[in-house]
Amino acid sequence: MSDLRDLYQELILDHCRKPRNFGRLDHPDRSATGHNPLCGDKLTITLAVADGVVTEARFEGEGCAISTASASLMSELVVGKTIDEIRALFSRFHGLVTGQGDEDAADLDKLAVFAGVREYPVRVKCATLAWHSLKAALDDDSGIVTTE
Amino acid sequence: MNIMTDRLAPSRVPPLDISRVREDFPILAREVYGKPLVFLDSAASAQKPRAVIDAVRHCYEEEYANIHRGVYFLSQKATEAYEGAREVVLEFINAAESREIVFVRNATEAINLVATAYARPLMSAGDEILLTAMEHHSNIVPWQLLRDDIGVVLRVVPINDAGELDVDGFRDLLGPRTKLVALAHVSNALGTVNPVKTLAAMARDKGVPVLLDGAQAAPHLEVDVRDIECDFYAFTGHKLYGPSGIGVLYGRAEHLEAMRPYQGGGEMITSVTFEETKYNAIPFKFEAGTPNIAGAIGLGAAIDYLEGLGVGAVAAHERDLAVRAVRRLSEIPGLRFVGTARDKAGIVSFTLDGVHPHDIGTILDRQGIAVRAGHHCAQPVMARFGVSATVRASFAAYNTIEEVDALARGLESVREIFG
Repeated sequence: MSDLRDLYQELILDHCRKPRNFGRLDHPDRSATGHNPLCGDKLTITLAVADGVVTEARFEGEGCAISTASASLMSELVVGKTIDEIRALFSRFHGLVTGQGDEDAADLDKLAVFAGVREYPVRVKCATLAWHSLKAALDDDSGIVTTE
Repeated sequence: MNIMTDRLAPSRVPPLDISRVREDFPILAREVYGKPLVFLDSAASAQKPRAVIDAVRHCYEEEYANIHRGVYFLSQKATEAYEGAREVVLEFINAAESREIVFVRNATEAINLVATAYARPLMSAGDEILLTAMEHHSNIVPWQLLRDDIGVVLRVVPINDAGELDVDGFRDLLGPRTKLVALAHVSNALGTVNPVKTLAAMARDKGVPVLLDGAQAAPHLEVDVRDIECDFYAFTGHKLYGPSGIGVLYGRAEHLEAMRPYQGGGEMITSVTFEETKYNAIPFKFEAGTPNIAGAIGLGAAIDYLEGLGVGAVAAHERDLAVRAVRRLSEIPGLRFVGTARDKAGIVSFTLDGVHPHDIGTILDRQGIAVRAGHHCAQPVMARFGVSATVRASFAAYNTIEEVDALARGLESVREIFG
């Protein structure tokens, strides 16, 4: 059970129970829907962007604790960041959850709580679904992105 | 030895000696994350008894060559073993003739074969195929492909809140343009056992042939295709303790005779020139190319093994486990069963309020408990019950009451983590 607590950390459970920025912007500058065909999870990300900086982020959809908490934390962290900064953050986050990056988790701020995901390879897609969707939105790809 | 078991099997159904059954399955001795393996996902694929593993190994080590071709000793031995397996299948489902048994890769291929080689040439735009709301994707998508190509209409028989088929709805939907009924014998997502004999009789009254998807039924029920009076019956080996990559399509000889081949190639011909090809007799007409020889032999061994235990005894045991599971899981707050049909196989599907099935699956996995979490390749069923996914525990001959209790304890630990 102790290693399960490494995955289901209190911050993750908190964001799962009370997702932040849940919903949809009425007039988003960017949006994308991410889909994990393996489990049927779907997330829609809507963004307000001004001068290359994300000013608001919302997400909507249904998913497991990992994907919901990841989307929720992401929606908090990306506000105020430039698109380039967000891309760099995703890259470091991806390294963290796949165990392939050598990033110091400390500079990932709250995202460090997802470090436990690397021990659960089948759950990596849950953790990254929101980020893949966000990336698609930033790339202004209005289609549906999948984790496959 | 075999004669003894054969004599014992059908008439007297002694209860299973589960500890002995478990010893037959080498994988059950292993641990997962330092915990004893509790394997509750046999509806996805069952584990293999030593008898099957040995049969496959014996084939490769002692009697392997290509079949139906060689004049030499090994080819004859392999051919005898492969055709012997067909005889085992014949008796297992009580078909009339061994030429009605077509070896395929799995139940999916069996259904695709019927869609392509039976339905497509016979049907035209506006003809109707009757499906049910509880079908696996493998009994939906082949018909959608046909719909897209030739314009057949798919009619879907509804199910009630317990996951039981609406039999009156079935009767009502059987119309003058219905050309085929294709339905699950047992639902993989809900566990519902459909009254297939009654349904087949209704269809027969209207002159409509019936294809049964028996993937979840053949390992758990006594299947008698002549008693059911179905036209086609599809099942797969790997859910029946046999190897993967081998399955069976039973088809009544008159249908198989009239059908076009499914695939062209070697084995399915009697003569080929560039002008004309004469097709082989059934079932070989549908077995193009070198088949899964060892797989068929392994399936024969799996059926022998299951019949040695007694299908009735296995079914009774699995029912006991399901009843226990329902009782234990009912005590867990926020747990909701999906699929509560009166007649059910050993499948228990459920959701837990506030916890996604994937999180449940992960937490159980770390305790050595393997369950399926997801849509079970039956998304229309999930939609019918307003969920995106469920957790499914499914039982086989080797599962124990203690494992059901382990599942219940595991779910309590999910509650501890999620609060």
